[in-house]
Amino acid sequence: MKYIDEYRNPDLARGILKKIEDTVTRPWAIMEICGGQTHSIIRNGIDQLLPDQIRLVHGPGCPVCVTPLETLDRALAIASRPEVILASFGDMLRVPGSRRDLLQARSEGADIRVVFSSLEALRIARENPQKEVVFLAVGFETTAPGNAMAVKQAEREGLRNFSELVSQFMVPPAMRAILSSEEHTIQGFLAAGHVCTVAGYEEYEPIAEKFHVPIVPAGFEPVDILSGVLRVVGMLESGKPGVVNEYSRVVSREGNPGAKKTVDEVFEVADRQWRGIGVIPKSGLQLREKFSGFDAAKKFDVVNIQPEESPFCRGGEVLQGIIRPDACPVFGSECTPMKPLGAPMVSSEGACAAYYRYQGRA
Amino acid sequence: MSIESRCPVPLLKHETIQMAHGAGGRLSRELTRKVFLPHLGNRCLEALDDQAKFFLEAGMVAFTTDTFVVSPLFFPGGNIGDLAVNGTVNDLAVGGAIPRYLSAGFVLEEGFSLAELERVVKSIADAARIAGVQVVTGDTKVVQKGQCDGMFINTSGIGVVKKGINVSCSNLKPGDRIVVSGTLADHGMAIMTAREGLSFQSGIMSDTASLNGMISKILDEVPEVHAMRDPTRGGLAATLNELAGASRTGIVLDEAALPVRPDVQGACELLGIDPLNVANEGKVVIAAPAENAEAVLRVMREEPGVSGKDAAIVGEVVDDHPGMVIIRTVLGSRRILEMPLGEQLPRIC
Repeated sequence: MKYIDEYRNPDLARGILKKIEDTVTRPWAIMEICGGQTHSIIRNGIDQLLPDQIRLVHGPGCPVCVTPLETLDRALAIASRPEVILASFGDMLRVPGSRRDLLQARSEGADIRVVFSSLEALRIARENPQKEVVFLAVGFETTAPGNAMAVKQAEREGLRNFSELVSQFMVPPAMRAILSSEEHTIQGFLAAGHVCTVAGYEEYEPIAEKFHVPIVPAGFEPVDILSGVLRVVGMLESGKPGVVNEYSRVVSREGNPGAKKTVDEVFEVADRQWRGIGVIPKSGLQLREKFSGFDAAKKFDVVNIQPEESPFCRGGEVLQGIIRPDACPVFGSECTPMKPLGAPMVSSEGACAAYYRYQGRA
Repeated sequence: MSIESRCPVPLLKHETIQMAHGAGGRLSRELTRKVFLPHLGNRCLEALDDQAKFFLEAGMVAFTTDTFVVSPLFFPGGNIGDLAVNGTVNDLAVGGAIPRYLSAGFVLEEGFSLAELERVVKSIADAARIAGVQVVTGDTKVVQKGQCDGMFINTSGIGVVKKGINVSCSNLKPGDRIVVSGTLADHGMAIMTAREGLSFQSGIMSDTASLNGMISKILDEVPEVHAMRDPTRGGLAATLNELAGASRTGIVLDEAALPVRPDVQGACELLGIDPLNVANEGKVVIAAPAENAEAVLRVMREEPGVSGKDAAIVGEVVDDHPGMVIIRTVLGSRRILEMPLGEQLPRIC
């Protein structure tokens, strides 16, 4: 497959691995922000191939993992209403809320549909004018333009039976929060490639400077990830951190201006609760007042729902790179992908699930 | 002057299924005579008895059943009809049996198109002819609108096990090679990309096909085969995990050897799905002693009709890590291939 096979080429990968081995002289901890990268690292066993000095830490860039419990409980409450069709990305259906997940709600009669984009949810709204269609609008900078576009289009078409339950996150504030924590061990970052495709990497430059860390936007295939690691290690070893783009086939410094403009028209920056981490100031997006008619949380009056987290899950520390998944006391015992206690065990991109699936057990 | 009083005669010509089609009366009989018998007709079925009576040659008999609830009913490369025949035929064949007779039970939704029903019945007839089996007994029930998704079909099948053959999922032996008969994940991805709501087009076709011809030749030439399975729901990952678990052996797969069509791989990439977890409906996985594996591969590749040209030896059975399947990645690292968790997508087959 063009644009994929080249970046899975074993000879190329081995060549880069050799360069990493030749460059590294001491231990480094590098965080890959994005869940998609975590998945690829584990799936391809890249962590096994890297020299022992390099420790990859799985970051918080998985929407399934960081979407707060209150959003899920609100989604469950909304989905249980007879007039509602809830449309969601597939992975969200298995994320445990306080008492149940959306799959269970569906088996109890809720009309919950798996969609692959917000525009499909819009189509469902158009085809079911007698129903209220709610899209669970989760994700990072990557999903924000589509989710914003759906609201704009609904407005244009006068589709008043469409709304979004918004839980949009942004990467740079989370990186700042991680680097500001006293417990953190992270010395360099692979930035999430597709987030940067939309948002660019300008915003990372002041972070790299302030915290003295290398940040490298990288792709998702083995050669992409290894090239990113090589670049981070090179900057760490030379003591000259900065931001260098290793995903230039889709990422530019300024990102996608059209997408950014659409996001800005519909959403505004807001404080955001991250599951397991807590509130990070100005790390999320919410609908602007002008579009508040499309805000499902307001429309269905679910703002006051108070969630209960499992007291045993240490997923938040996993997401911040403070502990490895297998250091959590319930990992692989009470908490498995079949019966997840915390969100990182749910998505195939979640750090705990990826760890469990590919290597963590026995 | 005579007054003629006449109740209107009920409609007999319908274009859609009515509750009465399943009620055992006149419409039921019409359905049997006009739709089922013309396509499926054979001596047993035409007797219109409550049971089929037939002789089987002496020996061990294999018996299986499967229910098909696929959505959509019609998909690129097939429909619920040929799927229902091929699925049951293959379940018999992978047990070393020669499939002989099938039953077919239909649950139809009120309002379902009779023309579409006839298309499905015709596909059943065609698939049965290709597989060399007869549908000898059947049943139809109609449920109210909304109580089923168009149509469900159950097929059961009887076959006679070939003499001297002993294949079982607990028979893997260390050193055995794992052979797959062609590309993986075609059926599941055809269904998924055909489903309403997926906003991209693809040319991916289901691989639904009966494998009894190919399997029979393999068993004739290589009776040493230890295990056979058709990797349907859960894909190759589920099948190999079941084989490894039942045999208390490990399996090591070679990632580079796994045959996946580029368009199927592309669709999987796009949707974030592992092709090894996706259903196949016309493929067989065989474990055979190392010295016989090439012979198995040769028969698969020579088989006309079923696309065996992409058949490949993809791994081997090992003493280590009993019950566990490990993939050797193209980069040389190793990872566990887990039993898939459950719902990849709703109702593939």
